[in-house]
Amino acid sequence: MALFQIAEPGESAAPHEHKLAVGIDLGTTNSLVATVRSGLAMVLADEHGRPLLPSIVRYLPDGTTEVGYAAERHQARDPHNTVVSVKRFMGRGLRDIAHIEAMPYDFVDTPGMLKLKTCAGVKSPVEISAEILKSLRLRAEAALGGELVGAVITVPAYFDDAQRQATKDAARLAGLNVLRLINEPTAAAVAYGLDNAAEGTYAVYDLGGGTFDISILRLTRGIFEVLATGGDSALGGDDFDHRVFCWTLEQARPQPLSPNDARLLMAKAREAKEYLTTHAEAPMTAQLSTGEVIDLKLDVDTFAGITQTLIAKTLQAVKKTLRDAGLKPEDIKGVVMVGGATRMPQVQQAVGELFGQQPLTNLDPDKVVALGAATQANLLAGNRASGDDWLLLDVIPLSLGLETMGGLAEKVIPRNATIPVARAQEFTTFKDGQTAMAIHVVQGERELVEHCRSLARFELRGIPPMVAGAARIRVTFQIDADGLLSVSAREQTTGVEANITVKPSYGLSDDEVTGMLKDSLAHAKDDAQRRALKEAQVEAQRLIEATSAALAQDAHLLSATEIAQIQAAIGKLQTTLLGDNRVQINRAMDELGRGTQEFAQRRMDQNINRALSGRTLEELDALGKMENRGEKS
Amino acid sequence: MDLTADYFSLFQLPRSFKIDMTELDARYRNVQAEVHPDRFAAASEAEKRLSMQWATQANEAYRTLKKPLERAKYLLHLAGHDVQADKNTAMPAEFLMEQMEWREAVADARAGGDHHELEQLLERLNTDLAAHYGELAALIDDVADWPKAAEAVRRLMFMERLLSEIEDALVALEE
Repeated sequence: MALFQIAEPGESAAPHEHKLAVGIDLGTTNSLVATVRSGLAMVLADEHGRPLLPSIVRYLPDGTTEVGYAAERHQARDPHNTVVSVKRFMGRGLRDIAHIEAMPYDFVDTPGMLKLKTCAGVKSPVEISAEILKSLRLRAEAALGGELVGAVITVPAYFDDAQRQATKDAARLAGLNVLRLINEPTAAAVAYGLDNAAEGTYAVYDLGGGTFDISILRLTRGIFEVLATGGDSALGGDDFDHRVFCWTLEQARPQPLSPNDARLLMAKAREAKEYLTTHAEAPMTAQLSTGEVIDLKLDVDTFAGITQTLIAKTLQAVKKTLRDAGLKPEDIKGVVMVGGATRMPQVQQAVGELFGQQPLTNLDPDKVVALGAATQANLLAGNRASGDDWLLLDVIPLSLGLETMGGLAEKVIPRNATIPVARAQEFTTFKDGQTAMAIHVVQGERELVEHCRSLARFELRGIPPMVAGAARIRVTFQIDADGLLSVSAREQTTGVEANITVKPSYGLSDDEVTGMLKDSLAHAKDDAQRRALKEAQVEAQRLIEATSAALAQDAHLLSATEIAQIQAAIGKLQTTLLGDNRVQINRAMDELGRGTQEFAQRRMDQNINRALSGRTLEELDALGKMENRGEKS
Repeated sequence: MDLTADYFSLFQLPRSFKIDMTELDARYRNVQAEVHPDRFAAASEAEKRLSMQWATQANEAYRTLKKPLERAKYLLHLAGHDVQADKNTAMPAEFLMEQMEWREAVADARAGGDHHELEQLLERLNTDLAAHYGELAALIDDVADWPKAAEAVRRLMFMERLLSEIEDALVALEE
């Protein structure tokens, strides 16, 4: 494998080389991987030409796994070890999960996130999701003929920090370099907006297998600005299936169901729901393991009746989000429908009525998110052709805050704040001589902490003893462009710095990820080390390319001496890359990183000055020239 | 330009209460287009860090300058006259009386489910607010009377809270 090429210092190794990057829609029911080839976003199909990968993982006693259609075939026979809709468990504890009684799994209630006991051992939702992601990575690498430089992974806009962190961890575990987590409705808006050269305010209604999102976006000259987002991260097509399942039980009144029969009836319920998209009546027949035969007919009106409250719930969220954006339904120029569940005619009708217009369904609702993600991945990987120029400005879906006296949640960053965002709040001690303070980070809109999601708890120690109320503890929240939070706290008055940065408790530490990687490579001890070395090499190569590109572009910001110093550091790093000493590579990378800090600063200044001197983003006509038409199917 | 520059300088806009919103929107977008982390996804760690700091700053600046009340508070802060709403609770009796009356009217309309009355109150309050913001603009931009401007801001904080109460009541009625 050609891991790197040697180039003259200051010269990019291959300036026009196309970087292999993909967009992945990690869905509750199905997952997809897409890429941009010759300017065209396309979904990558498997070796049988099937674009979707059912998000199903089956564990076998020998520790191997089956993913997708292979696993789906066995779900009724081996429900215990065949995990469907794992996305619903991401970043969730046992008590967060609805309808747990209808699920055939052996749950293990571990702190933070639940786990599942399978014949291959106890698995976390992160590990299970990583199997799906790995399968997609292998599919992409086979199709594109090389290693990926990175991936954009989509998450529901309404995912909280724990769910986002879990998704990012799963991607890392699957061996993917995460270029960015982006919100599913935003990805859909990119695919739609670039395809239609749209301008104005749009709503994206995204009803997937297990999640519902509504995002309101303003599209202005290549900027996709999310004004507000809302939804329900535990509401989707699955819930419609569950209603049909319950209806079936009420009608047929069978003996208590075995896990296999429950899974069978859930699958039948889903078939019936899908059948009703194009038919007035769906047959529901099944033979249970008890010998009982179920033979029912479900008509459209009954189906609409039993699922009406689910649709009403989505419309409530739509209205609230419009209010948050300060808009009325008539301000919306178009409503883009995303997610397989929006195929249901009564969903389209209800949404159409609320907005007083026909929703837009011209892009395949199953593929549009993956296509948008691929387009964004292509841009982030640096395959930007001239004229390709757009920017996503997204928001956080839920307020972030801290627990204060009396179990109250004090908001530090309100929902719908544009990311990245940082906000600090000052707190004080309430006892004389208090030297430590417990900090509890929560997410949600409710006033009481117990009604919000607990993200992290940590303690700030070493506060110098003072009278109550004299200490000034500044707690800073920073949310990055992936929508992920980090929190730090510092005592201000004495100059004593007790600074701590936490990752929310659901996130895996680097050590844990490494541990899991080692586990998954149980039979090859060297692999973990080799992998770490390879990661360092890839990272170093990336740094060399980034620095060389910066030099090629902006050498005029540096003196001859400075250029020589940076080039020397690049040369040194390149020399270490010839060997296989990871420590040396990392040291040389640090050195190059330090040596380019000042340069980075000057480049940023230059960018800002350029932004304000009137040179704007390439305008609409440039977008019109884009050869991004998505994949028509 | 550095991260400690004030928000007006960041967008190269004149430091005044009256602001050209179209211009602010455009400059915010232009700055983000240059500094946003998505522009540095393939860059070095140093550049990624800087980019996040700048994009964070641009978001904060935009949020502050966009809303008139926040903008006024920020101008007072720049002039060394922080509003300190929690330490200056004293308000003219007349204003407080007026506020009491408003609140009673809203509470009555809300209890009686009187949608029309709430709409009317909202309209009146919006007219009132516009006048107050006009005065505030003159206090800041024309005479730079900071103590008076601070008092005007404190009043507006009351009124804005009232506004969101009426809006909440209207939403509650709709649901």
